[in-house]
Amino acid sequence: MTGTRFVGTKFPRPEAPDKVSGRALYIHDVVRPGMLHGAIKHSAHAHARILRIDTSRAEALPGVEAVITGFDTPELRVGFLRENRALKRDKVRNQRDEIAAVAARDPETARRALELIEVEYEVLPAVFDPVEAMREGAPRIHEVDGRGRPTRDNRVPMECRHHSGDLEAAKERSAFRVAGDYEVPWIQQSCMGTAGCIAEFDANGDLTVWAKTQIPFLAQRDFNRALEEMGLEGRNTRVIVTTLGGGFGTGLDTHCYEYIAILLAHRTGRPVKVLMDREEEFRYLSPRQSARVHIEQGCDEEGRLTYREVRVLQDNGAYASWGATFPTVMLLPVTSLYKVPVVHFDAEIVYTNNTYAQAMRGYGNPEVTMAIESNLDELALAAGIDRLEIRRINCNEPGEVTPMGARVGSCGLRACIEACAEKLDWRAKPGRNGRLRGVGMASMLHVGGSGRIYRSDASGIILKLDDFGNVNVFYGGVEMGQGLHSTIRLAIADSLGVLPEKVRVNPTDTATCPWDVGTHASRGAFMACNAALEAVRKLRARLFAYCVDLFPREVERALRKQRAGGPPPRPEGGAAPDRSSPPSAEADLSFAQGRAPGDFELEKGLVFVKDGPDAPWAKIPLDRILRAIHFREGGDMLTETAFYDPPSELPDWREGRGNMSAAYTYGAQAVELEVDPETGEVEILRFVSAMDIGKVLNPQALDGQVLGGLAQGLGYALYEEVKTEEGAILNPNFTDYKLPTAHEMAFPVDLVYVETDEPTGPFGAKGAGEPGLVPTAPAIANALRDALGVSLRTLPMTPERILRALDPSAS
Amino acid sequence: MTRTRILRLKINGHEREVAAEPNAILLDVLREGLGLTGTKRGCDMGTCGCCNVLLDGRPVNSCLVLAWDCEDREITTIEGLLPEDPGALHPLQEAWAETGGSQCGFCSPGFIVTAEALLREDPEPTETRVREALSGNLCRCTGYKKIVEAVLKAARSGRGVEVGS
Repeated sequence: MTGTRFVGTKFPRPEAPDKVSGRALYIHDVVRPGMLHGAIKHSAHAHARILRIDTSRAEALPGVEAVITGFDTPELRVGFLRENRALKRDKVRNQRDEIAAVAARDPETARRALELIEVEYEVLPAVFDPVEAMREGAPRIHEVDGRGRPTRDNRVPMECRHHSGDLEAAKERSAFRVAGDYEVPWIQQSCMGTAGCIAEFDANGDLTVWAKTQIPFLAQRDFNRALEEMGLEGRNTRVIVTTLGGGFGTGLDTHCYEYIAILLAHRTGRPVKVLMDREEEFRYLSPRQSARVHIEQGCDEEGRLTYREVRVLQDNGAYASWGATFPTVMLLPVTSLYKVPVVHFDAEIVYTNNTYAQAMRGYGNPEVTMAIESNLDELALAAGIDRLEIRRINCNEPGEVTPMGARVGSCGLRACIEACAEKLDWRAKPGRNGRLRGVGMASMLHVGGSGRIYRSDASGIILKLDDFGNVNVFYGGVEMGQGLHSTIRLAIADSLGVLPEKVRVNPTDTATCPWDVGTHASRGAFMACNAALEAVRKLRARLFAYCVDLFPREVERALRKQRAGGPPPRPEGGAAPDRSSPPSAEADLSFAQGRAPGDFELEKGLVFVKDGPDAPWAKIPLDRILRAIHFREGGDMLTETAFYDPPSELPDWREGRGNMSAAYTYGAQAVELEVDPETGEVEILRFVSAMDIGKVLNPQALDGQVLGGLAQGLGYALYEEVKTEEGAILNPNFTDYKLPTAHEMAFPVDLVYVETDEPTGPFGAKGAGEPGLVPTAPAIANALRDALGVSLRTLPMTPERILRALDPSAS
Repeated sequence: MTRTRILRLKINGHEREVAAEPNAILLDVLREGLGLTGTKRGCDMGTCGCCNVLLDGRPVNSCLVLAWDCEDREITTIEGLLPEDPGALHPLQEAWAETGGSQCGFCSPGFIVTAEALLREDPEPTETRVREALSGNLCRCTGYKKIVEAVLKAARSGRGVEVGS
């Protein structure tokens, strides 16, 4: 490998010009010839039996091409527990249930047709609280499970727990113990580009789906299963990923709307687009999982943690999507954030008639870190130990094996905590104008070397060199705005030895890209670059093997050409070399003869012999060599693949054990803020983010990930909540659901990166996509406690909640 | 249907004709009628700024404007900010790409035309002024820092050509 030149430097993203000039094509912008527009009719009740659906009036509307229901289409099962259906037939279980769909010539006609569909229901008793849903006699959401077996209660059959050590003995041993109950809400991922897809069948019965997805290959598997259920055995789905318009976890599952588009396309024989508008996205897309977390932690006289007990209760809503698996990610911080010898973790996930949740950035981690880090501050307070000190005392260290079996490689948590301590003024000082000032911090730990939740946690890559010296990259992971393509470009430019603009990362398409498990778990750069480095090693080996024969001829040719007055080779994108000293007639070419592959090097797109003369004619442009390899008898073109599966273990979820990631990312955030005790308004004065990301690969993308994460964390902490009543979403728009704007984000942020050089990481780097928002809410909660002297344990920490915490007697 | 009329719109310095019903909103006419898909639909109610265009130099939510009300007015969309040289970008677009103001990119066109209106009015705005001017635009990716940086950078570099005026 050559030395790094581009990795670690600020470089514009390859897709930026298209995005800033309005040329990038999102699903909203893609049009297929003859395309129809689909719209979906949703339930009017949270729990009801469907007695009758009359679609005749909708069918009669001019411009309507098809109306479908669960009664006249094949049953398509959805979700990892297979208990959801694309179109519901027996009953509806929440207010977002899909019961009919229309394909029409334009979106307005499709929506008008929905109003003409008449549905008769028998309303059933509903349950909206997970505790009530667990009571005997509670309305049963699912009478049978996904395999048709009768259910015993409303619990979701998803087990994830961890018990290590003797909890009661640890409690007795503890000098100080503090318990607390925390509650975090559903929040909406709020991608600026709403969700949608296009489904189209060709004349062979094969399907193409243009999708807004983060899991093209798992989607292909899901859709192929749907094709089988539709009687199209042996047919295939090709998933093409458009420019995403934001992911944040929304694209980690396949959705009913996608299966409905497939059914409509099949019924009509035409391409069908289903596109959600903002209100539909709020109402019918799965938000981030909500949770109630009970936590207890103890420490000894010196502040060393003695135990951690965490019990999580999740309102699963009506069906299982990835929200049901949040405990599998909570497991890591619960067992492994700080050194804690005894850990008991239990999770209960319960069906209700509410909306059901999906993934969002951090996936369980921010939910439980809110409880761990807030409770830790209270423990420090109880023990009379400084808040920074208790974190230093219990800090994770390299080489540690945590209770769940996470093998810590690089770990810079201590340096992150110190950076936070140093950047903020921790001494109490009065707020301005009667406001109360507070400082707080929180740490975090997240998977940094992908997170194994499937048997294969791999990513494949193909690098195809062409006659022009381009490196065409085919990678199955998804660029969703995080800067993945930009990072891949820098990594390949450096490791192969070409200029970044020669590296062209192609759109993700299951027909051309090798398999990838999905872009989640902060794994994009870690996986893509590790795969790329392996493919680059193979490419260089093959290239240099050909150079043994071809290079001497190419040098001779270059020399001849230059003597004849032709232009000397120009380094890719560089200035023309100095021509003032033409090579002498006696130039000795023997340096190029009889070389071994290991004697060659490729840098900035020029191939040369490492100890050869430093002359223009002795450096041959890569495209020249590639053409020489190609255009001859027995010619060849250089394409290499790599399939990288990281060194990690699939955990045993029932035991809560396994080294689920190849590396672990650590970090801490600290905040200084002021609160107005009269109004409850919070003003953030300053934020510090310190993260151990192993090594900075792509500074522009990394800053964006951290700052964007922080803004989402701020929204989670102070503003955002999907409000529901009897299962209906009450605030399905940006007027009633508040996102932070440039105004709320006006405070200064110190970004600190701790480089610990992770051995498993590409160039030493670890995953950095999600951590930005993980510790934000507890850091703010801890600063609020510092300011107010009371604890806020429910998110978002709105002015009303702050005032109520200050004066519990006030209504 | 029968009330559909051919509108003459001045878009990005060119006269364009397009059929529109009386209740057609400008956003739809731009995207569907004229193929100017750089203007994005984000919320349909003027809360996200993704659909912002300039109407007589002022930023408006094109999802809230009736196309019939736009005749004889100057409309500038993100496409209209591009210089004529192929491959060249407007200074704001350039600054956006350089700082990383664009991540998923969906909000970028709306932000950029809004910033253009600000810089036409105030070529050297303070950071506070920039944040105020952009507070009607939502971004979920960047945390806004790089966006504000991009506007300030473009302001410092001088804005180059005026387009559509």
